[in-house]
Amino acid sequence: MALLETRGLTAFYGDFQALFGIDLSVEAGETIAIIGSNGAGKSTFLRTLTGLAPTRPEHIHFDGKPIGGLSAPAIVSQGIAMVPEGRRLFPSLTVEENLLIGAWSQKRAGHWTLGKIYQLFPNLAERRRSPSTVLSGGQQQMAAIGRALMSNPRLLLCDEISLGLAPIVIRDIYAALPLIRQVGTSLIVVEQDIAQALAVADRVYCFQEGRMTLAGKPSELTREMIHAAYFGG
Amino acid sequence: MLPISVDEGLTLTTLIDILVQGILLGGLYALFAAGLSLIFGVMRLVNLAHGDLIVLAAYLILVATNALGVGVVGGLAAAIPAMFAVGYLLQRLLFNRVLGKDILPPLLTSFGLSIFLQNGMLTGFSADSRRLPAGGVETLSVPIVGGLAIGVLPLLTFLAAVCVIVSMNQIFYRTALGRGFRAVSDDPVTAQLMGIDNRQMFAIAMGIAMVVCAIAAFFLGLRANFDPTIGPARLIFAFEAVIIGGLGSLWGTLAGGVILGVAQTAGAAVDPEWQLLVGHLAFLFVLVLKPRGLFPRSAD
Repeated sequence: MALLETRGLTAFYGDFQALFGIDLSVEAGETIAIIGSNGAGKSTFLRTLTGLAPTRPEHIHFDGKPIGGLSAPAIVSQGIAMVPEGRRLFPSLTVEENLLIGAWSQKRAGHWTLGKIYQLFPNLAERRRSPSTVLSGGQQQMAAIGRALMSNPRLLLCDEISLGLAPIVIRDIYAALPLIRQVGTSLIVVEQDIAQALAVADRVYCFQEGRMTLAGKPSELTREMIHAAYFGG
Repeated sequence: MLPISVDEGLTLTTLIDILVQGILLGGLYALFAAGLSLIFGVMRLVNLAHGDLIVLAAYLILVATNALGVGVVGGLAAAIPAMFAVGYLLQRLLFNRVLGKDILPPLLTSFGLSIFLQNGMLTGFSADSRRLPAGGVETLSVPIVGGLAIGVLPLLTFLAAVCVIVSMNQIFYRTALGRGFRAVSDDPVTAQLMGIDNRQMFAIAMGIAMVVCAIAAFFLGLRANFDPTIGPARLIFAFEAVIIGGLGSLWGTLAGGVILGVAQTAGAAVDPEWQLLVGHLAFLFVLVLKPRGLFPRSAD
């Protein structure tokens, strides 16, 4: 049985329909990537998963239970954590306080502790007492990933974690993902950088205008198939 | 005309007296303001009923003191958990329903609550002015240099204000609860993604603010008469202290209270009718010089 499964997931902003029946699944320990252009519905999809956008219970099953439409805090305690687009660290908290906030609703002991996060991202250990605002973009992204890990999630959602970062920094951050997978955590990586997505994922889904246009293993997808699914036509 | 030397001596003593009494009065205003500051800091709610809630707390202390027969400190001890419950429920049942992107609905709701509380207290407790039984403490004083004396009650009030501000700062910057308050204040949406229930945090913050209101009401009721209509004036003093100090800074709120207290005392020394006017002028003066207050939180 899949860890996460969406069945005919729809989402609306008022009268505007943003998602049209998305069927997607993530197995335990699996990493999937969602690619697509701006406005394809990738972020809306994550908003419904995290409980920020309303949906019907049966649209999302996690560990066999319907969780669609639960509140965001309730979904975190189910074991889904989010690295939001743009990092969204809390500016009036120090780096370490930001990490600790991630463990706010932690009920189960798990692999990830402050010490483990600092092992994963040694840069953060040196700046632990600094306000999160003094970190570089890459360090902020590391802190945002660490913060989400502190809840010891079974499924980690990463929204555009390479956005606005230098290639060498992106490489460092993506180097951490296998270490996160080792613990058994499943990942959904939303990316505009297709090469990065193909490199990291077991399976790739492509969204276009609120519909899923392609799904498959990176090795089975040709450049032409992705091009067609990404841009249409 | 008085000889110059005598005149100078008088002026110096008077100045020190004004300064000391003003600083101590500022403690009371800081107590009025601390809860208001906390609520605005955590949930951006301007609570126009804050002054009336202080008066409500004063009546609660009075009722508890009379009913339990344990003295006025016992009355305060009973009123503190009661006011926490009042704040928690008020937030859960009323303010959480109207908080949102628009600042106007909660503002109007708190205005309505203010009117409701004033009229409710008028019905329940009559318009007679009341006072908490201080047992003679209000007339005690300790002499300091030059024939000046400090009232024990104003001194206790000021010390209580410092204790309240230190405690609130400890909660805010040293505890998990405080981390949650700051996170919710920074970015409520992301705070939810971290598993924080905003509405619960708001309710706890309002409960803490009401505990501070109870402490403020205790000292208000010991030093002066109160009746159901004096809330709005306390609200103005609280506002001025918060704004002078700078939004989001608790120590700034204490400084704001002290500045307001000194200005009012100085005004009253010239002419008792000038007390409030000079206080308001000091407030406007600070606003003109530093529109964000003296110690604004840099993050805003």
